[in-house]
Amino acid sequence: MSSEVTVTRETVAPVRKSAGWRFLGSELSVLFRRRRTWALLAALAAIPVLIAVAVKLSSGPPRGRGPAFLDQVSQNGLFVAVVATIVAIPLFLPLTVGVVAGDTVAGEASTGTLRYLLMSPVARGRFLVVKYVGAVVFCLAATFTVAVVGTIMGALLFPIGPVTLLSGTTIDPPEALLRIALVCLYVTLSLLGLCAVGLFMSTLTDVPVGAMAATVVASVVSQVMGQLPQLEWIHPWLLTQYWLGFADLLRDPIVWDSFVANALLQAGYIVVFGALAYGRFSTKDVLA
Amino acid sequence: MSGAGDLVIETAGLTKRLGGRNVVNGIDLAVPRGSVFGFLGPNGSGKTTTIRILLGLASATSGDVKVLGESIPRATQNVLPRIGALVEGPGFYPFLSGTANLLRLDAADRYVSPSTRRQRVDRALERVGLAQAANKKVGRYSLGMKQRLGIANALLTHRELIVLDEPTNGLDPQGTREVRHLVRSLTEEGTTVFVSSHLLTEVEQICSHAAVLSAGSLVAQGSLDELRRSGEPRLRVVTPDVPETHAVLRRLGTTPDDDGAPSGAHSVTAPLPAGLTPDRVVRSLVEAGVRVNGFTVDQAGLEDLFVALTGEGFDVVQ
Repeated sequence: MSSEVTVTRETVAPVRKSAGWRFLGSELSVLFRRRRTWALLAALAAIPVLIAVAVKLSSGPPRGRGPAFLDQVSQNGLFVAVVATIVAIPLFLPLTVGVVAGDTVAGEASTGTLRYLLMSPVARGRFLVVKYVGAVVFCLAATFTVAVVGTIMGALLFPIGPVTLLSGTTIDPPEALLRIALVCLYVTLSLLGLCAVGLFMSTLTDVPVGAMAATVVASVVSQVMGQLPQLEWIHPWLLTQYWLGFADLLRDPIVWDSFVANALLQAGYIVVFGALAYGRFSTKDVLA
Repeated sequence: MSGAGDLVIETAGLTKRLGGRNVVNGIDLAVPRGSVFGFLGPNGSGKTTTIRILLGLASATSGDVKVLGESIPRATQNVLPRIGALVEGPGFYPFLSGTANLLRLDAADRYVSPSTRRQRVDRALERVGLAQAANKKVGRYSLGMKQRLGIANALLTHRELIVLDEPTNGLDPQGTREVRHLVRSLTEEGTTVFVSSHLLTEVEQICSHAAVLSAGSLVAQGSLDELRRSGEPRLRVVTPDVPETHAVLRRLGTTPDDDGAPSGAHSVTAPLPAGLTPDRVVRSLVEAGVRVNGFTVDQAGLEDLFVALTGEGFDVVQ
């Protein structure tokens, strides 16, 4: 009885407003309570598992084909994480990130939760920011899933030892793990622009699958254009230009140039597509 | 506290153009504080579009909107925390339980206390009779249960205004009765309730005021008594002399209903226009030699008014 009185009194005339972190917390908890999120992460985890098992089962000396560092895996398990990351970058990571980023707004529209969130109320700008941050957290989870599962599989199936960097110096396994974490951060950074593209696509439609497909297509088209020498003038502006450029992080001392260039490029994509998403969404009639 | 003329919703010339036609066509709504306001109209008459504009989900093409005294969409963020709404059916994550869904929506609201969140969610679920199914995934809810959950969301905290768009959709008769009780209890707490419906009986039973929308235009608005008065009264003559009665009534300037009744019928109904008094009708009938066995004048029901205003039948008015 007394509890009901408290409820009523406290909630009359709401004036004080909280910082709004709780909505982000709730967003992340909804994201990671979805079975789909775990299915995507499981699919990513399958890559290092497949690579490690395939290398373990194949006898005979490495033939120098396949992704970079593949021939090193059987000597040092830590390379499983690196190879799996390289394999995941062109397609698997953009695919999973495209699913999550393309779902941000369109997914809420298709379940009808968008209008209820906006009426809660969540201001539209805040809604986009929280949704974007949720997609970024998924990127982090995705890249680290590949690396962590790769490291575990490598440790289980192969010897672990000091790693020789591209510059010729050798580092201990703990430092090698730090370098792998750094590569993960680099890959996450690379995906931030794609997340912004996905967010924008997602404001254009109420059909999440459409936005997801468009986002994945954007990353594929960008990579194809990156392969064409005739389009060289456009290469520095491509979303995917620095996606595989983390080799500098595997030197001693670390060369940060590509990290900075990538960060600037991704920031440009975030600004442009973030602005487009806001421009579209802030005036959109929510009819779904 | 709330003086006369204190309006919770006030629109002037509200218009929404969609796909080359005015879906909402210059409507002037006036919803008094403390009322239960029925927003009536056939399917496709623009009710939900109007509600979306009132709640800042869609923009108006032209016209002014004031909700709880503040301008929409400029002050939407100040107004929405004071409103609970169910718009165009419930919308929930099917993979979360009823409780988890409400906790999520409440977490998005920056104006409520997180410490009472759990308590308020449980109370809202109890109020709509979902306490038993609170931990079941919404994907496994029936249509009616989702509808109840949508209403529970509107009740998460104390609101000045509750907007319920077709609240009894998907509910069984028992559920419909419960919604009526709920609306009554909300009014007792001082909340204004704005209910949209295409079902007249629903509105007639719970509302104090109503507005009727037809093809995007407001065709009537006022308290239920005012609306009832605005309808034309109807007369009914019980007589064996049906053809003669028809002739007399026509001469008096009213058109008897020709409802294709069988020839053995013993009564005639017709509208009673203003200026024609019942006693004159009876005198004329008697002078014409019609045997009058019974004569009544009925105020028009809201249903007659509703049909007269919006047209009958299933065709969606374009």
